[in-house]
Amino acid sequence: MADNLNSLFSASAGHWLGFIITALIHIFLLINVVAVGALLFIWMERKVSGRIQDRLGPTRVGGRFGWLQTLADGLKLITKEDLIPGAADSLLFRMAPYLSFAASFTAFLALPFAAGWVGREINTSVFFILAILGLEVFGVILAGYASGSKWSLFGGMREAAQVVSYEVPLGLCVIIPVMICGTMNLVTIGEMQRGTVNNWLIFHDPFTFFAFWVYFTCAMASVNRAPFDLAEAESELVAGFHTEYSGLRWSIFFMAEYGSMFVVSALAVILFFGGWNGPIPIFAGLAYEAGETAFSWGGYFANLAGCLNFLLKTVIGVTVMMWVRWTLPRLRIDQVITMCWKYCVPISAACFVGVLVWQTLALPTAADLDRITIRENWVLVAFEEPEVNNPADPEVETTVPETNEAESGEAAESASAVESSTTQPVANVAEDGQVAIEAKRQSGGRQ
Amino acid sequence: MATQVDDKIVEFDVRTDEMLVNMGPQHPSTHGVLRLVLRTDGEIVSEVTPHIGYLHRCAEKIGENVTPRQWIPYTDRMDYLAAMNMNLGWAMCVEKLLDHQLSEKAKHLRVIISELGRIASHLVGMGTYGLDLGTFSPFLYAFREREKILDLFEDVCGARLTYSYITPGGCTADLPDGWLENCEQFLQQLEPVISEYHTLLTTNAIFIKRTCGIGLLTPEMALDYGCTGPVLRGSGVDYDLRRDGEERYTEMYDGYAFEVIVQKDGNYPRDHDYPSVPVDAVLGDCWHRFYVRMLEVMQAIDLVRQAMDRYRSAEGDWGIPIKLTQKLPKGEVYLETEAPKGQMGFYLVSDGSPIPWRVRARSSSFSNLSVTHELCRGIPIADVPAVVGSLDVVMGEIDR
Repeated sequence: MADNLNSLFSASAGHWLGFIITALIHIFLLINVVAVGALLFIWMERKVSGRIQDRLGPTRVGGRFGWLQTLADGLKLITKEDLIPGAADSLLFRMAPYLSFAASFTAFLALPFAAGWVGREINTSVFFILAILGLEVFGVILAGYASGSKWSLFGGMREAAQVVSYEVPLGLCVIIPVMICGTMNLVTIGEMQRGTVNNWLIFHDPFTFFAFWVYFTCAMASVNRAPFDLAEAESELVAGFHTEYSGLRWSIFFMAEYGSMFVVSALAVILFFGGWNGPIPIFAGLAYEAGETAFSWGGYFANLAGCLNFLLKTVIGVTVMMWVRWTLPRLRIDQVITMCWKYCVPISAACFVGVLVWQTLALPTAADLDRITIRENWVLVAFEEPEVNNPADPEVETTVPETNEAESGEAAESASAVESSTTQPVANVAEDGQVAIEAKRQSGGRQ
Repeated sequence: MATQVDDKIVEFDVRTDEMLVNMGPQHPSTHGVLRLVLRTDGEIVSEVTPHIGYLHRCAEKIGENVTPRQWIPYTDRMDYLAAMNMNLGWAMCVEKLLDHQLSEKAKHLRVIISELGRIASHLVGMGTYGLDLGTFSPFLYAFREREKILDLFEDVCGARLTYSYITPGGCTADLPDGWLENCEQFLQQLEPVISEYHTLLTTNAIFIKRTCGIGLLTPEMALDYGCTGPVLRGSGVDYDLRRDGEERYTEMYDGYAFEVIVQKDGNYPRDHDYPSVPVDAVLGDCWHRFYVRMLEVMQAIDLVRQAMDRYRSAEGDWGIPIKLTQKLPKGEVYLETEAPKGQMGFYLVSDGSPIPWRVRARSSSFSNLSVTHELCRGIPIADVPAVVGSLDVVMGEIDR
């Protein structure tokens, strides 16, 4: 997307002008994604908590499905007086929310929503997102320090201690899928989980399964959601680091929180839950093949479906965070830190070592269930001829006679010349899928 | 620089400063307008000073200018979460001075009403305690159930918070038709819900971590400071005015099957299916105080049921109130009743006129609050709301 826009504008205007216009469009899109996303999540949080707590208000008011309520809230926050306490460091006080928000929404830049649907494909996007999300704590500490309030200071100190601690197990858990896939590129990691549900990395082996739960716990802690919302603990610290904030500045903190909730949940989906790949690859036949740049409606549709799939899984993750928030009491700061260093870090380290051993010994993974993976494009393959079995796969090779392979290879060649162009990508994708699985096996050290 | 923590001297190589922090009077977890001044060293609180008086309304002085029945609405506003029990305390005090005897029916009616008030008060105490520990939902569940009690009270007297229902001489009205059935229906709804609260709070792992061993109040300390009610019984002192109080008060509960909720020989009375005490819990900590309240709710349900049975078959009137300007005999009386938050005492001196010469209220919340500075020494800031919340104080009662 970025390249398309770039070429579009640099063709009509000068190189730098085109770049700036493109950048502005990107920024506009990203901010809107985060802001509108945050609005949706606030609406959702209201609904979820209203349902959980048997409250009549959120389940009845605010237009159809209560969408007006969030809008009214936003309007109220925008029109509120902008208060800066006399004791506050004015510059830092103003800067803090934007710093927090910028960190949260910059992470969206490298977040793929479907295969190839990413603001900017970065080869180290996992690292980039973690690093950028880590910057969010800056805004919070700054807010705590600059507010000139003791409660804010407590909140800022807690946030610093907590987030810095939880980055460690979080990083360890994130490294596990990276190690299995051998890449830090989120698009590639997502693509490698193509196919049926057994390809998802959470089912790769028992250690990844545990690693996901540790990741989710740490992610909740690092985005300050209850029961780890110590930085804003309203029963202890009034409102923690944003005690002195009001109106728009406060809502920017709020949006940053929901933005990062989305990011950590999305990261979990890509790293452990197959990203934009559904449990069953319904539209795999339509999808773009690797390296294909030309536009096709089929590919677009497959990507759209993948994007919706991805959003659905992410929203489920966010809902679980909300559910936990409205159920559990808050931990104490020393208990939170204890949990991080005494439980999360050892467990995630053990998972890391476990996956390492698993990979080195090439122990069987869920992705080895060939009977399922071979039906990769199971909807469209029904209209196709039998597939060419990959001769490199030893297990399949034994079951299929060699003559069959040669014949079907010829048939595929002749068919491709005759048949319409819509069927061609199907065969290609099937092969591509096989190759991807093969690549995964090889990285698993089978050969 | 060195600080003494738990008999150990902790040395710091960095020079640190103590900080004075105002918790309240406008703070989400100080239950109204309590103000605590915390002296903190980082997150550790070295000293807590409670400041009261933000809700003082000269109720006692007003009591010396109105007749006893006119003062009933002022008692409503003391412990506004259990106004019925406040009414009861004052009404019984005046009756003691007048030596007024109630009919059996009126006594059972009072038991029904005051035990329902106890349930309502404990539900709020439980809910807000969850709020203090950072969980929001149990609070709203508790209020949902409390609303039903308020509905019942509304049917009885028309008010939902300040009832002025129990008055010297009896009550302002009899129970309306069909009320007992509604009440029984409510109790049947409430009983299973209590186990939900146990799941959400009492047996919740985080809740246990946050409350066990925190704010340890020894029985000696509790007695020294004059703590009463669930705070005293949570420390293992077997004392309840409904059993150990004055004849005039205990005869209300004559023949009722109930046991004082207190840990005896390591066990609580097991008249219901309660969750067991966690291993980490120490007698006298926040968890036990909370637990005693939860158990008292179950017991109050039983008491209401028994009282309703007796009320149906009892003889006599429902208690006609005394005249508004009834002349009081010369003399002084003091009577304590077991209110939900502790022993509520009223003192009345009369010079023979219809208006008391001196009125004084002894509030349990005041004595219970006075242990905060002992309990909060050397604990983290996060535990201060946990400790103060477990004392379940109401500022309206402390300041009067």
